[in-house]
Amino acid sequence: MTPSTVSDRSARPIYTAAESPEATPQQLGEPGSFPYARGIHASGYGGKLWTMRQFSGFGTPEETNRRYHELLRAGGTGLSVAFDLPTLMGRDPDHPLSLGEVGKCGVSIASLADMETLLEGLPLDEITTSMTINSPAAMIFAMYLVVAEQRGAAWSKLSGTIQNDILKEYIAQKEYIYPPRPSMRLVTDIFGFCADHVPRWNTISVSGYHIREAGATALQELAFTLRDGIEYVQYGVDAGLPVDRFVPRISFFFNAHNDFFEEIAKYRAARALWASVMRERFGALDERSWKLRFHTQTAGVTLTAQQPYNNVVRTAIQALAAVLGGTNSLHTNSLDEALALPTSEAALLALRTQQVIAHESGVPAVVDPFGGSYYLERLTADLEAGAREYFETIDRYGGMVEAIEQGYPQREIADSAYRSQQAVEAGEQTIVGVNRYTDDAPADIPILQIDEQVERDQVSRLAALRERRDAAAAARTLDALRQAATGPANLMPFILDAVRAYVTVGEMCDALRDVWGEYEETPGV
Amino acid sequence: MTRAIRVVIAKPGLDGHDRGAKVIARALRDAGMEVIYTGLRQTPEQIVEVALQEDADVIGLSILSGAHNHICPRLVTLLREKGLDDVLVVVGGIIPDADVPRLEQLGIGGVFQPGTPMQAISQFIQSRVRHSESAAT
Repeated sequence: MTPSTVSDRSARPIYTAAESPEATPQQLGEPGSFPYARGIHASGYGGKLWTMRQFSGFGTPEETNRRYHELLRAGGTGLSVAFDLPTLMGRDPDHPLSLGEVGKCGVSIASLADMETLLEGLPLDEITTSMTINSPAAMIFAMYLVVAEQRGAAWSKLSGTIQNDILKEYIAQKEYIYPPRPSMRLVTDIFGFCADHVPRWNTISVSGYHIREAGATALQELAFTLRDGIEYVQYGVDAGLPVDRFVPRISFFFNAHNDFFEEIAKYRAARALWASVMRERFGALDERSWKLRFHTQTAGVTLTAQQPYNNVVRTAIQALAAVLGGTNSLHTNSLDEALALPTSEAALLALRTQQVIAHESGVPAVVDPFGGSYYLERLTADLEAGAREYFETIDRYGGMVEAIEQGYPQREIADSAYRSQQAVEAGEQTIVGVNRYTDDAPADIPILQIDEQVERDQVSRLAALRERRDAAAAARTLDALRQAATGPANLMPFILDAVRAYVTVGEMCDALRDVWGEYEETPGV
Repeated sequence: MTRAIRVVIAKPGLDGHDRGAKVIARALRDAGMEVIYTGLRQTPEQIVEVALQEDADVIGLSILSGAHNHICPRLVTLLREKGLDDVLVVVGGIIPDADVPRLEQLGIGGVFQPGTPMQAISQFIQSRVRHSESAAT
């Protein structure tokens, strides 16, 4: 079989200076200096290891809170909240569309009361918290801020990330509510609000992860993600924000897939592209605006239901690529995730995988150890050039919002997904245990079951909250939010007021649905 | 000449992960079937309505969220109410082994878990639909 990378580029059996004229010290620069292909810190992981941030959430806020305490006791160094589908879609647990989905794929958070429970006993000014929330990002973030306020933790000291990346929702994950333009306004409102009030918060995590999981190649993941980043910066600038005031808080999130070298090259190319685009296209002067910081998650899509213990090995190799590529934080998937949400034991083994890389392999001791490799530098340069071609195509559409409206990235990804499935079925791409080295042994591993009682509990808890809260305050703040959405004011203060009055995620999202309507994509295959 | 098998591919529930739905839709089309893709977030009522309008032989559901135990019974009940018992219903996605017998008892014709080849699914549909057609005549 000819070796080939995931982006359909054939690899040669050997690379020399002839294939890689870029591999000279002058072209590469040093770690910690522009264009940062070799890393944003001169000392690599010498000063600080990556954050081991395991994405977790299921069932009720109480159950998830217990899992967080377990993960921190086991040596996890940051939290990462997974919300259930009703929360992600801005629907309360008692909405008809939420039936059967409450607490299934993440934790159910309907109001400030749930957020208080979720964060019980966690030191908010000492830990960093990442929240995977997009369409209702402003509402969930406001809940986090209000819990901090209740506990006397200063907003200026809070650190963490909200995903808040709506463009990749239209492109890949499809958890959108509103049309693109009002959605982009919510994003830039958060940029502006945080610049003034929560300066250490990462206001967005521009995500290639979901784009890749939906079927994109490494090149498409890189190109669409970075181009999304450019779109956010452009919308921020158009909203009147100075570049160096909000760009330093933009962070990224990439996938770690199977093709080991290509993945490492992808992270290096991403840093170099971002630095040069921020400097050249937007005239950013603050070097913090040039430095691309990113989280990585190993590729869920590569996990197999067949022979599930093989997934531990896949995840370890993918995680190693992320570390060699200089990731700033990392989530390693659990071996059972092609079957269900992870059990506590599987999640612990995934964390241990990171700890073995960090403390036993010796890999973190050297910054960018592949720098100057003929093959890696060739791949890095090719990915950069390929991404720039995609940037030009998307610019011709008028920008990413316009390209999305015309279905361009969606089609590119669906084409790649189909090609990749065909390659697996033709045996051109091997998946151990699926199309080679198969056996008939059943995948006999423990599976996490979400109790159906969770849904009933969340529904009755919500009914009690609606009884208990100050109805007049809830109605007043909700009306004020609805009214503000028709004008240009920053919506964050209005959302904070509604959250303090225990208005629910569904109620706030509905108020904005009234004003902005809902987005519907044209189904295409 | 026999008409092509008509398949409605649907994504019920709130989940938006449509990679599998789109890949299988293309694969069935390439295998000579007529495929109608409903798009995202369809209720069981909407899916049954499409199946009725399109005179579907098969409904293929893609469910990754764990909501299959709520969605499938509702869909099967609605199909019976509309007299569409003869429509073959298949489900693909993240379905734990323990749930498969229950779904089959409900009347779900086939459950396809991660890693199932596209070809296996299209052959399954062809054999089941042809078989029921020859049994009817």
